[in-house]
Amino acid sequence: MAHAALALEDGTVYFGESFGAAGTVSGEVCFNTSMTGYQEILTDPSYRGQILTMTAPQIGNYGVNAADVESGKLQMAGFVVREASRIASNFTATDTLGDYLARAGVVGLAGIDTRALVRRLRIRGAMTGVLSSEVLDAARLVEMARQAPGLVGRDLVREVMPEQESEWTEPLDEWGQPLPQPTEGGVFPVAATAFAGKHVVALDYGMKWNIARHLTSTGCRVTVLPGKATATEVLAHKPDGVFLSNGPGDPEALGYCVDTVRDLVGKVPLFGICLGHQLLALACGAKTFKLAFGHRGANQPVMNLATGTVEITSQNHGFAVDEASLPPELEVTHRNLNDGTIEGLRHKSANAASVQYHPEAAAGPHDSAYLFTRFRQMLGA
Amino acid sequence: MPRRDDLHTILLIGSGPIVIGQACEFDYSGTQACKALREDGYRVVLVNSNPATIMTDPGTADRTYIEPLTWEMLEKVIEVEKPDAVLPTLGGQTALNLAMELDRRGILAKHGVEMIGAKADAIKRGEDREIFKETMQKIGLDTCRGRIVRSLAEAREVLAEIGLPAVIRPSFTLGGSGSGVAYNREEFDHKVQRGLDLSPVGEVLVEESILGWKEYEMEVMRDADDNAVVICSIENFDPCGVHTGDSITVAPAMTLTDKQYQRMRDASFAVIRAIGVATGGSNIQFAVDSESGRMIVIEMNPRVSRSSALASKATGFPIAKIAAKLAVGWRLHELANDITRKTKACFEPSIDYVVVKVPRFAFEKFPEADSRLTTQMKSVGETMAIGRTFKEAFQKALRGLEVGSFGFGSDGKDLWGTAAEPSSDDIRARVATPDPDRVWYLRYALKAGMTVAELHSLTAIDPWFLDQLLQIVELESLIREVGSLAAIDTGLLRQAKQYGFSDRQLAVMLGSSEMDIREERKRRGIVATYKSVDTCAAEFEAQTPYYYSTWEDEDETRPKEPGRKRVMILGGGPNRIGQGIEFDYCCCHASFALREMGIESVMVNSNPETVSTDYDTSDMLFFEPLTCEDVLNIADRIQPDGVIVQLGGQTPLNLARALYAAGLPIIGTTVDTIEMAEDREKFRELLDRLGLKQPASGIARTLEQARREVARIGFPSLVRPSFVLGGRAMEICYDTVQFERYVAEAFVVAQGQPVLIDRFLEDAIEVDVDCICDGRDVIVAGVMEHIEEAGVHSGDSACCIPPHSLSAEVVDEIKAAATGMARSLGVVGLMNVQFAVKKEDGTPTLYVIEVNPRASRTVPFVAKATGLPVAKVAVKVMAGLSLAEQGIDADPVPAHRSVKESVFPFVKFAGVDIALGPEMRSTGEVMGVSEHFSIAFAKSQIAAGILLPREGRIFLSVASPQAKETMVGLARRLVALGFELIATEGTARALTATGIPVEPMRKLQEGHPNVLDYLIDGRVHLIFNTPRGKGARTDEGRIRAASVQYGVPCITTLPAAEACVRAMEAMRTDILSVQAIQDRFPETAAAR
Repeated sequence: MAHAALALEDGTVYFGESFGAAGTVSGEVCFNTSMTGYQEILTDPSYRGQILTMTAPQIGNYGVNAADVESGKLQMAGFVVREASRIASNFTATDTLGDYLARAGVVGLAGIDTRALVRRLRIRGAMTGVLSSEVLDAARLVEMARQAPGLVGRDLVREVMPEQESEWTEPLDEWGQPLPQPTEGGVFPVAATAFAGKHVVALDYGMKWNIARHLTSTGCRVTVLPGKATATEVLAHKPDGVFLSNGPGDPEALGYCVDTVRDLVGKVPLFGICLGHQLLALACGAKTFKLAFGHRGANQPVMNLATGTVEITSQNHGFAVDEASLPPELEVTHRNLNDGTIEGLRHKSANAASVQYHPEAAAGPHDSAYLFTRFRQMLGA
Repeated sequence: MPRRDDLHTILLIGSGPIVIGQACEFDYSGTQACKALREDGYRVVLVNSNPATIMTDPGTADRTYIEPLTWEMLEKVIEVEKPDAVLPTLGGQTALNLAMELDRRGILAKHGVEMIGAKADAIKRGEDREIFKETMQKIGLDTCRGRIVRSLAEAREVLAEIGLPAVIRPSFTLGGSGSGVAYNREEFDHKVQRGLDLSPVGEVLVEESILGWKEYEMEVMRDADDNAVVICSIENFDPCGVHTGDSITVAPAMTLTDKQYQRMRDASFAVIRAIGVATGGSNIQFAVDSESGRMIVIEMNPRVSRSSALASKATGFPIAKIAAKLAVGWRLHELANDITRKTKACFEPSIDYVVVKVPRFAFEKFPEADSRLTTQMKSVGETMAIGRTFKEAFQKALRGLEVGSFGFGSDGKDLWGTAAEPSSDDIRARVATPDPDRVWYLRYALKAGMTVAELHSLTAIDPWFLDQLLQIVELESLIREVGSLAAIDTGLLRQAKQYGFSDRQLAVMLGSSEMDIREERKRRGIVATYKSVDTCAAEFEAQTPYYYSTWEDEDETRPKEPGRKRVMILGGGPNRIGQGIEFDYCCCHASFALREMGIESVMVNSNPETVSTDYDTSDMLFFEPLTCEDVLNIADRIQPDGVIVQLGGQTPLNLARALYAAGLPIIGTTVDTIEMAEDREKFRELLDRLGLKQPASGIARTLEQARREVARIGFPSLVRPSFVLGGRAMEICYDTVQFERYVAEAFVVAQGQPVLIDRFLEDAIEVDVDCICDGRDVIVAGVMEHIEEAGVHSGDSACCIPPHSLSAEVVDEIKAAATGMARSLGVVGLMNVQFAVKKEDGTPTLYVIEVNPRASRTVPFVAKATGLPVAKVAVKVMAGLSLAEQGIDADPVPAHRSVKESVFPFVKFAGVDIALGPEMRSTGEVMGVSEHFSIAFAKSQIAAGILLPREGRIFLSVASPQAKETMVGLARRLVALGFELIATEGTARALTATGIPVEPMRKLQEGHPNVLDYLIDGRVHLIFNTPRGKGARTDEGRIRAASVQYGVPCITTLPAAEACVRAMEAMRTDILSVQAIQDRFPETAAAR
């Protein structure tokens, strides 16, 4: 078994086995606590430039398949697991995880004490690191980690946004469809009657495909524009609403995106997810800050302040909206139950709302899928 | 919304005795519920018949009734205590069924008692298979094709639609009792008929077979605001066809994609919402076709369950505690996550390790039973192990099972490479049929070169699991190739430990010794590290020290506090017959006692059902197998000041010598003393010195010696292997023929250890004594007179505190003898003695049968009967507080009679003879209390589910002439009570001769009608049958076995028959009343 190593900027080095692609990569090292969904996570553009470790120790068990892909390619710089399965066991599987990473050029590390790594990140906060199957000298690796660029102030969106505009037509497939939830005795609440078709422009900063699938399944015609599009370009499509997608990195490095959103607020119904949520906040005058080690996982509890109920959410963000900086026109609608950070916002006068977490799931629970219906309602009858 | 203020008193129903399908997990859940509700200021009233529980300790609930779990008794408790609500979802199926019965009879409505947690409608929807299925169809979830039938004819119609194999499940039976798969029509008819008989409502579900599908469980919680979370997913290693209680199970689910998992999660919420479990936990079982992904709902439990206990231990999330809080109005997000203290209980645990549970079986006790695993649960216990990979957890679990294996092969029990190595045909046959040994044959298959694909096609076990096993086998080959400890590379050695290999296995593979492996790997810096079970995969800091071992870089155990002592308590491991909840009770009390003394308590155990493995029972919890290596590894890390080995049953005692030799500070009675009590020669000298008698006895290492010894000792004699708990292979021999047969078997079971031969004292009264000695003073906590005569295993007989027939002089003599022995032995802590009192020439003579300087199975019963917290006092003694310093200077004198009765698993093992003997076969116990022995005995029988009839027909059949004489007296009293009698020819003749009206019965082979026909038709209501010969093939054995199947009580000893008649007489005149334990022992209650 070939060796590989991960070095952190604080001087810690973990030696393990190489899997996936060979090579040397640097990036912010973070962890995700989801126990399933590694393929969706690997293909989530928001992980651009990061080295991710899964807290679940055995990864790759069910292999990979075509349906669990969330973007055109694997986005992560490096992937770290306690143990990678050498076989793929599922009727959907088309390949093993190791071969998948190798083909995609993602450098992998297995066989390290991932819990020790996670505890270090939790205590010290996110750190820059270098993962290599080529350089195995501890001192050199640490030096490289210290030299590597951090996330703050970097525009990673440009690396993942599409070049061209496109039309999205694929709805959720059967397996991606949340099951309707009955009330006692097995009765379903009366479903809202079908709406007429609406046109949504989705600004793609590195959008997960399941968002577009959800929008399509809600009955919208979806035009996807690169995240760098201006408000004029967006409005030229005469959309009934604009969707602001997720995406990687520091939102404060994205002045051009913030400008677009500022110009759209009040002109057209807006809904943002994750980076889209942060951009909306910034556009309204709020500030964002970097969390110590972020929220990445599928078990984050979020309270819906309007109903007082809790949804278990899928999350992937290292930055959050600073509550102290909120302008009066923004109202907090959702809040993280663990650390109290803002998870959802609503504009009091303009027709705009956003959430920090991922209602499209993939990977993760379906509890918040209602938000797509709510967006559809925001677009009018 | 915080707690409800309109409720003040809440009734909690326990689950009664430990039986297959309902074990310690409900003591764990009930105890948590009591604590949770009292913490919120509610007055908790608890009813449970099982004295061996922590929940029935006087300090756990406000009002504790150790009374039979029947609706009649519960109504009496309700009348006295006037609860506002009943919480029926924490006491297993027993509590749920009782609450439903109380509701159906209008008792809850009459007394204004509200059902909280789940309402009757929801319980019915979840439990009634037909309504459940309809509900599932309504919400669009797939279920098994098939339906409920009420007759054989109807069942055959369904069969025509679904085809064979077909699954048969009777409604409303415990642990799926009577369930099974039929492969042919004959089997189908038989199983349907039996199911119809077993089901209390005469209903059987007939369904398509989903054999070989993947099986999953989801543990779901919901609060009154409709917030719902999944606490844990569980994947069964054994595919559908094996009851989940008998399956090896794994948490979390290992082989589902996120989409597949989320589909199951959505479906779980849809189920709990449609069924309408308003608050609390539910368990929902799914089957998935691995070819197509088709997912069907198998069933749900609208209550906490064995799986929820497992899920709690696997994740650190206390399901029962939170369920209790939700039932009184709290919302999930209003409750703290105890482990992190910073976050809330409204989340889904993420775990960064793999949990494997392996069931423990007891077929050696029931050689006539079918050991194939089916949809009816047969295991008696389980062990759980945590590791960073499946491989590691799996090997840990196999050694935690305590069946002589130290991992996945390469240990003392391995047949591979021996003369008994199975053939390829043998292997194929054995892996295809699930039984307790299949797991070893999976290894042999891989050793024989079978591929994962082949093995999957034979077993339907998921290829991912099989590949994990293959990896273990492959690493084993690498290690064997190295061949010696000196030659092994450090990297490979470390990898072996990470794969879960024990030092013992490495010793076998490398031709070394366990201790040499240990020393060498420690020299190379390969030591166990301990990680926390923290609910959150390290995202937040864990405040509770709940650990498991692995072999990685970072250790998370907390350092010793300066000036504070640390004492380690070794638990009992998986439940088995002979070692169960009683020992866990003692271990928990050790923690409580140490806490009171300011000593840091450290629990080590591997049984997920127990209170001892609750994270807040001790100051530190290590969820680890109880082997010498695992214990020493923990000790290396935490440096205990003391180790307690005398409370966890035989498991820790078997380790005592090795731990002591390795330098661990064993506290209490010394290892030498423990061994001396086992050393027959030294013990005999001691008894001689004390002037105590022992039955003639001998010891034999060869068959020749055994023959010589038995000639000297004479018949009847008792033959048994040494160093075996629970009377395994112990038999009474009346002649040479029997002797030759049993002694051979005893040598096999003894595995190289000697066989013991004792003169058997016929018709003697057996007495158990539990005492506490601090090395100087002795307290005799309880003297228990057995109901059944000597010869019936003490764990299987009923007994009474105080003795109901022995004179005060004899009891004093017994106490003096016990005191003398404890002092002379230098016992520090607990000691149990078994005596026999035999009338010789008209005067009772005392014999010492056995002495065990350790906690016994009866310790909790004695504590409940006397009010003295026996185990706690003993632990304080071990920790250095003398009895005098504890203010205990006199033996407790109970004011009432307490009867303990044993409960047996015969209903799970069709056709097994139930006659009692020297081999223990009971799984649990109940207690009946009253001022009068007869009423206490009657209560114990009711509590044990022995329905003594008030009228009807009694079948009598006794063997010996003396027995017939005794039976005449009993028969006369039965006739006076208005019973009709029927009897076998000999017994009938004896009765007729004295003018007692009796109807003689044919022998079974003499045609019909015989007593079996009467049993089947419900025309016999009680059987008194003392065995002449044992075994399922004898006529009487068949009758006894049939009595179990038809639910007719069958009493197999004369003293028990005598006690039953007394009880039936007393029940005519006395009303059974209830009394709380706090009123029996007001001082204890006040001091708590």
